[in-house]
Amino acid sequence: MSKENSYSVIGKPRRRVDGADKVTGQTCFADDIMLPRMLHCKLLRSHVPHALIRSIDTRKAERHPGVKLVLTGRDFPNEYGILPVSQDEQPLCREKVRFVGDPVAAVIARDEFVAEEALELIRVEYEPLDTISDPVEALKQEPARLHDYSEEGNIHKRLSYEFGDVEESLANSAHVFEDIFFFEGNTHLPLEQHAAVGVPEAEGRVTLWSSTQCPHYVHRAVAKALDLPMAHVRVIATPNGGGFGGKTDPFNHEIVVARAALMLGRPIKICLNREEVFYCHRGRHPVLMKFRTGVDVNGALTAMHLQTLLDGGAYGSYGVASAFYTAVLQPVTYHLPRYAFDACRVFTNKPPCGPKRGHGTVQPRFGQEVQLDKIADRLKIDPAELRLNMVEKPGALTANYLKIGSIGLAECINRVTERSGWKDKYRKLPSGRGVGLACSSYLTGAGNSIYWNAMPHSGVQLKLDRSGRVTVFCGATEIGQGSDDVLVATVAEILGIDPLDIRCVTGDTDLTPVDLGSYSSRVTLMMGNAAIQAAERARDLIAQAAAQKFGADAEVIEFAGGRVFNTGRPEQEMPFQEAVVCAEEIYGSLGTTGSYTPAPPPGKYKGGGVGPSPAYSYTAAVVEVEIDTASGWITVPRVYIAHDLGRTMNPVLARGQVEGSVYMGLGEALMEESAFRRLPARLSGALVHREPSMLEYKSPTSTDMPEVITDLIEYPDDNGPFGAKEAGQGPLLPVIPALANAVYDAVGVRIDEVPITAEKILQALDSKARGGSGRVGPAKFPELEWPEPYRVPPPWEGGDGNAVNKPQRKRAAKMHDMDRFRKVTAS
Amino acid sequence: MMRLPRFHYYRPRDIREAALVLAGEENAMVIAGGTDLLPNMKRRQQTPRTLVALRHLDELKRVTNGSGLVIGAGVTLTDLVQDRGIKSAYRGLWQAAAQVATPHLRNMGTLGGNICLDTRCNYYDQNHEWRKAIDFCMKKDGAICWVSTGSKTCLATSSTDTAPALVSLGAEVELETAHGQRTIPLHELYRDDGIHYLTRSNEEILTRIILPDGAGTRSVYWKLRRRGSFDFPVLSVAAAIRFGAGGAVDEARIVLGAVASQPVLCDSASEFLNDRSLTDEVIEEAAALCARAAKPVKNTDFSPHWRKRAVARLAAYALQELRGDDMRATREKIARQAL
Ligand SMILES: Cc1cc2nc3c(=O)[nH]c(=O)nc-3n(C[C@H](O)[C@H](O)[C@H](O)COP(=O)(O)OP(=O)(O)OC[C@H]3O[C@@H](n4cnc5c(N)ncnc54)[C@H](O)[C@@H]3O)c2cc1C
Ligand code: SF4
Repeated sequence: MSKENSYSVIGKPRRRVDGADKVTGQTCFADDIMLPRMLHCKLLRSHVPHALIRSIDTRKAERHPGVKLVLTGRDFPNEYGILPVSQDEQPLCREKVRFVGDPVAAVIARDEFVAEEALELIRVEYEPLDTISDPVEALKQEPARLHDYSEEGNIHKRLSYEFGDVEESLANSAHVFEDIFFFEGNTHLPLEQHAAVGVPEAEGRVTLWSSTQCPHYVHRAVAKALDLPMAHVRVIATPNGGGFGGKTDPFNHEIVVARAALMLGRPIKICLNREEVFYCHRGRHPVLMKFRTGVDVNGALTAMHLQTLLDGGAYGSYGVASAFYTAVLQPVTYHLPRYAFDACRVFTNKPPCGPKRGHGTVQPRFGQEVQLDKIADRLKIDPAELRLNMVEKPGALTANYLKIGSIGLAECINRVTERSGWKDKYRKLPSGRGVGLACSSYLTGAGNSIYWNAMPHSGVQLKLDRSGRVTVFCGATEIGQGSDDVLVATVAEILGIDPLDIRCVTGDTDLTPVDLGSYSSRVTLMMGNAAIQAAERARDLIAQAAAQKFGADAEVIEFAGGRVFNTGRPEQEMPFQEAVVCAEEIYGSLGTTGSYTPAPPPGKYKGGGVGPSPAYSYTAAVVEVEIDTASGWITVPRVYIAHDLGRTMNPVLARGQVEGSVYMGLGEALMEESAFRRLPARLSGALVHREPSMLEYKSPTSTDMPEVITDLIEYPDDNGPFGAKEAGQGPLLPVIPALANAVYDAVGVRIDEVPITAEKILQALDSKARGGSGRVGPAKFPELEWPEPYRVPPPWEGGDGNAVNKPQRKRAAKMHDMDRFRKVTAS
Repeated sequence: MMRLPRFHYYRPRDIREAALVLAGEENAMVIAGGTDLLPNMKRRQQTPRTLVALRHLDELKRVTNGSGLVIGAGVTLTDLVQDRGIKSAYRGLWQAAAQVATPHLRNMGTLGGNICLDTRCNYYDQNHEWRKAIDFCMKKDGAICWVSTGSKTCLATSSTDTAPALVSLGAEVELETAHGQRTIPLHELYRDDGIHYLTRSNEEILTRIILPDGAGTRSVYWKLRRRGSFDFPVLSVAAAIRFGAGGAVDEARIVLGAVASQPVLCDSASEFLNDRSLTDEVIEEAAALCARAAKPVKNTDFSPHWRKRAVARLAAYALQELRGDDMRATREKIARQAL
């Protein structure tokens, strides 16, 4: 399918532009920033899981030698939060703490040590409240409500949608499968702990350096929380030492140091320790899921009803979007004629969950792909055949109105099954050894911003001058994924110059045009398209100038190898730098801009804005496992993965993303879990993260990494720059269910929950040996009252993307927050 | 970053001076590589007022041959792993040292520090704020044991890798004070008490580890942990056997790690093996006896139930390797490295 590419930079293996700096220690991370007169900040965090704050006495701490300032919730005027519908966070808690780790006070002192000492001197009087440790408790609706604005009790949000009459289809299906799965929460574990430096500027302005993935959203939040005009706040994203979604929310510590810098007139730095990073969290939601799926005699899907229950932790974060994502992408992989989903997110007294690589889609993908394996097993169809028979068509509009572009999924499946020798292995290996297959798809950028607006999602600006050097500016953030490299490569390709002749300036809200940030796999596509536009505009100017010089038409001017030439008369040529000089002579100082705004989504129903994306990536994976039946000990010798990324920008980095996803997926599949300790009230009533440390939160090491056989499959998408789609998140998804399916192939037991540990395998083997189900997993999905669904007929049933009914919804309490934001930015 | 508390730091010229400082100072501790002590201090689990450094003392860094082998307590685990003599004559010790922590930690960590390693518990190995949130336990600042609220003693787990191997090899240790020294079998250094896990008095410095002649004895060490690096053991089996003429067992010593507050000698299994050949049946029986000796509690990674069930499996692997079976593939799966 993929055409031999004729590009000179795109698709060629190159050393990443920021690579040398990183390996030689030149990269300046937030914690590396040292400024004259800088002070240090530490936060006092709640050690109780849920309580009213009766009083805070900071007098002793204020008198402690070396302490310059102590702040509490009263020093901050406004709430903030990432989504306009959940502005529920305070920089420091004022009335209430909601989990162990919620900050209540900040000390700014000469150094970290003194600040830490002073924290000990702060007296906080708490009035304990009942604690909610999981969704079942949250649904009980007892008085201990975390937030007043929740829909009801501790139910943050319920969603209900129906695309066609699913019940009818299920009744008419040859088979209906009902399965319940559980996906335990886990966290991002970036190597770099969050850090930020607030720097005061003249006239009450402030600069915030922070290891954030989304400087633009931090910019909004700081302005709002501190009642500052956005024009007086500058946010600079430092290169992130890993993010994975853990640095996409605006954080309390960022707002605190900005405020303190303004109050003291000195730079203030904060570096979280590892425990605090676990408390910032925003990681994978624990999700309980129930799938009712109908298939025809060939195993092709007829309808699906999916219900999900998310444990959201203590705050909203991206939670409403996460809830949508536990359902909206199900129809994008295989053709699904009718679909319904209900999703519910609850509040609990634990660190807030949010977006982690694959945001919300990882959990239901696990459920769906394991269920498909069960379907194939029951109907005696090869799981690869089952899937190949129903891969969605390119250009399709799904039942829930997601517009798909290119789909390379069939080739991905064929590639991994060939490479792994699937036909000779599936159900044919000796006991204890097995293979499993799974597929997935993922967004290439959310089609909508997190706050409604009609402006571009990404902007790029180019500056060129007589030096021949091109500087490219963009708000995008380098979090290790290689976005700076994509930016430079794109401009280099269009202008036909060496990537080394381009400097990029990124993630600075004063200097760079807005880009929404490094999340939802949006950067390559959105920034890339904006960069193409800016670079083409620059190229056109230079081409005009060169044409004038050659006495030729601008159309015949080409750019390649650092030279500009007349294709009709190749002897007419000049170095790129000279061509820029010509252009500067004619047009004066040179600068161009480009921007990208995704097309409006075809689904016009309320909520139809979550799920649409300019393009979808596709992945297939085969995982091999070996299991010791006496202990359940599990080993993964090899993983085969094929990922359709549309177009490879730089194969070195793309492979890194795919293999990094395999690594992270295996961690989630085998060991990672954000587990909590709950002690009964008669003991200590504690509800704490079980092991907030890098040693005891188990994430695989290099020794645990299997051999990975990677194939990059290119089905260019019309919406992508050069056809490119995403590669950073999608490849994680199939790894987890493929591993679960391999366990079944190896020893005939089903582990319907993640992580899949030796203990659970042994438990399932024991159960099987006793004649039991040979399954470990959740038994039931709690009874829940769902609201009336939005009924949207699918396109092939005469639907036009609108709902045919008008379900009543309770309005959330704090909806006026957006207005307040507008006022703030206007003032 | 978590910060160390304030403390005094002594850098003595020799062991004698170190011993004098130790005897003279209240609440003083020795520090070798610091890979156990410093993290504990950051988390305020251990809060010595004074640290007496040993790391620079050359006299503790020697490996010398006598009738057996004498290893200085200050020898780093990396140096130990790189010692070919140890690798061939005391395989079990070598396999244990090679699986401690990570390469970086082995560069700093010493054998003496590993032997004296604090016992571990996932209610205790947490920072001060966490322990405050759950409330302090009796090992530090509190009165209750969270692992077993009815327990009168602390059940923290002995997590040293080299100790089970050294005990199985019949090692002795030399302890020195300002006034003299004594030599005791290593297993007598330990006590099944999570708080007072060593019989060493606070004034004593562990100076030398003495191994008997290794000729004729084969030894192995099998460690179970979730990952191939970093993790402390959740279970380990050290076994040393001297085979007699004809291949039967002359003398055997099997020691379990990480299932109590001290290394556990499996005397019944060891005695059972005497005069027997390592047939599959014999191995199975001995492994079952080992399992009986293990009483893991819920304070490490993995459930105690699963750890207990894994004992027989791991003990069998150890004995199979001693018998001469090719265990490389199994090793690769368990240890994720060749040993
Ligand atoms: C992430 C991590 C993983 C780890 N994994 C493992 C593991 O898998 N297996 C394992 O066994 N250990 C592990 N460790 C613990 C530690 O690294 C090793 O046990 C190391 O050998 C300790 O030696 P040290 O010299 O650093 O000891 P130190 O920290 O210097 O001392 C440890 C204790 O021994 C005492 N001590 C030291 N030397 C003497 C002496 N000569 N006489 C008397 N007392 C002495 C100290 O006072 C202190 O109480 C790990 C540590 C970390 C941080
Ligand atoms: S075993 Fe009990 S007393 Fe000992 S450290 Fe653990 S919780 Fe504390």
